[in-house]
Amino acid sequence: MPLLSISALQKAFVSPDGERRVIVDVPQFGLEAGQQLALRGESGSGKTTFLHLIAGILAADRGSILLGAQDMAKLKEAARDRLRAEVIGYIFQTFNLLQGYTCLENVLLGMSFGPGADRAQATAVLERVGLGHRLHHYPRQLSTGQQQRVAVARAMANRPKLVLADEPTGNLDHKNAKEALALIRETCRENGAALLLVSHDAAVLGVFEDSRNFDALNLAAKEVVS
Amino acid sequence: MTLALIVLRSLRQHLLSTVITALSIALAGGLLISVWVVKQQSQATFTQVNIGFDAVLGARGSKLQLVLNSIFHLEASPGNVSQADYQYIKHHPAVKLAIPIAVGDNLRGYRIVGTIPELFTDVQYAPGKHFALESGGKMFDPDAKEAILGNFAAAQLGLKVGDTFHPFHGLAYNPKEQHADIYTVTGILEPSNTPADKVVWIPIHGLQTMSGHDPNAATDVSAVLIQLRSPSAGFRLDMMYNKQGNRLTFAYPIGAIVADLFSKIGWFNQVLTLIAYLVALVSAAGVLVSIYNSMAARRRDIAILRSLGARRRTVFGAVVLEAAAIGLLGMIVAFGAYLVIATVVAAVIRAQTGVVLTPWTYDPVMLWAPAAMIALCAAGGIVPAWVAYRTDVASTLAPSS
Repeated sequence: MPLLSISALQKAFVSPDGERRVIVDVPQFGLEAGQQLALRGESGSGKTTFLHLIAGILAADRGSILLGAQDMAKLKEAARDRLRAEVIGYIFQTFNLLQGYTCLENVLLGMSFGPGADRAQATAVLERVGLGHRLHHYPRQLSTGQQQRVAVARAMANRPKLVLADEPTGNLDHKNAKEALALIRETCRENGAALLLVSHDAAVLGVFEDSRNFDALNLAAKEVVS
Repeated sequence: MTLALIVLRSLRQHLLSTVITALSIALAGGLLISVWVVKQQSQATFTQVNIGFDAVLGARGSKLQLVLNSIFHLEASPGNVSQADYQYIKHHPAVKLAIPIAVGDNLRGYRIVGTIPELFTDVQYAPGKHFALESGGKMFDPDAKEAILGNFAAAQLGLKVGDTFHPFHGLAYNPKEQHADIYTVTGILEPSNTPADKVVWIPIHGLQTMSGHDPNAATDVSAVLIQLRSPSAGFRLDMMYNKQGNRLTFAYPIGAIVADLFSKIGWFNQVLTLIAYLVALVSAAGVLVSIYNSMAARRRDIAILRSLGARRRTVFGAVVLEAAAIGLLGMIVAFGAYLVIATVVAAVIRAQTGVVLTPWTYDPVMLWAPAAMIALCAAGGIVPAWVAYRTDVASTLAPSS
């Protein structure tokens, strides 16, 4: 049984001119436990919306998103929040760290909505990403590469089954991007988490043994402005 | 732990607005508690002040003026009581004790009151409490130009035993109205926390015969302080002087007459209380405005929290809790503001009346005002909390790809 199994997934938005536009229309998609897959797609192709739907940040209009035994598409918002906190780790392009919190607090807070804050585990995961000496630093006191490592640590702290990474290297220089990517892949492998990464960067996609074109999965791609 | 951490970090991130808003709440809370406590305490204290007497006999006029003049040493005397009238009431079978007083002079603004030593030796100004002189002092000689000073008056005038002074004519101080007589201070009263503390006491004969006073009124007194043998005697004398007679006024019971004053100025208390409530309401609205204005800056953090799995009700609760926390901080400081305000007000009341209020004494308002204020602040947080609740995570966390 796959970890993630999507069928007939659709999401539409109403544009400012009142027109209903389908952004995501994925008939079938699956991801095995521990699998690492990269999806290629241009800006505006609906990749982020697709990840938001899987994470339950957005509610699907129709279709199913089976995460293990639970269908994210059928759950109410509070249940989606809980499932996201417990099963999914999310890495953003802009890191989305909380600026008023230290590295350790960012990780602890991420854990607290899931199984619960565990200081030892949070410290261990920060040490794993090479920030054991920056536990009490604030994001503004870190380089962009270090900030992304905090984001990786936060995503991994709950030992998620699935990690979603949305252009995780988009804000990093080549060296940091390469390191961050390697770190994400290694930590996912160590934790047995599946990784679904979306990017438009060929250098990133080239690292993955398994990559697909999101436009080929998404029937709505032709309607979306690229 | 999570909510507490979110609230603490948010308060710290918006430190300036947190401090300013908490200070406005502190002032409002301090004002609210001050108005309430001063109102309650002043009413309770003033209506209990009778320095050991049941009634006052004075010239025909207002009972309230008579009480204010002879018990609180405020206002002007409504007129004189003849020696014959004084002797009559003194020997009336219903009267246990009658102490005459005479007013009309001052010492640099502090009222000089003529009386007899029995006021200090035979009267309990409060249950079980007699006036007492500080060590080294002695009671004035009724036939000498001697004085004993209330504790507050002595401190304010800077006089001690052995010092001398010239009285000044009238109840208001006028340096040009100095009497030729010279009085010597023979004693300082220990604090009694009554209006007697702000009086310069001299023998009644001395005040009656002060140089420049009308010799024809030399045996008159300003009022007679009366202890009755029974409460029913008060009503009989009230009937005799106030209903059947028309020359004198019998003010009885003293507490009820002062209470009547408070009921007459009840509207003023209500206005003060209303103002305090409005200030509290405005400061709670300040919490709303303060947090609401920062919502644009907070929206991204809220979206991040939501993306990490925080539920809508969690971020809603965090904002309401933050508003309540600002209220709590404000009310902690409010007690400091209250003590400053109430201490100043109590000092003014003591200087004006001799009556001592005790701001440190517990009053239920010290519990319900903070509770109400914190609840009001939490209510003020509901609108920004609703904004937080409705934050759209996906659009706030853009860019999208």
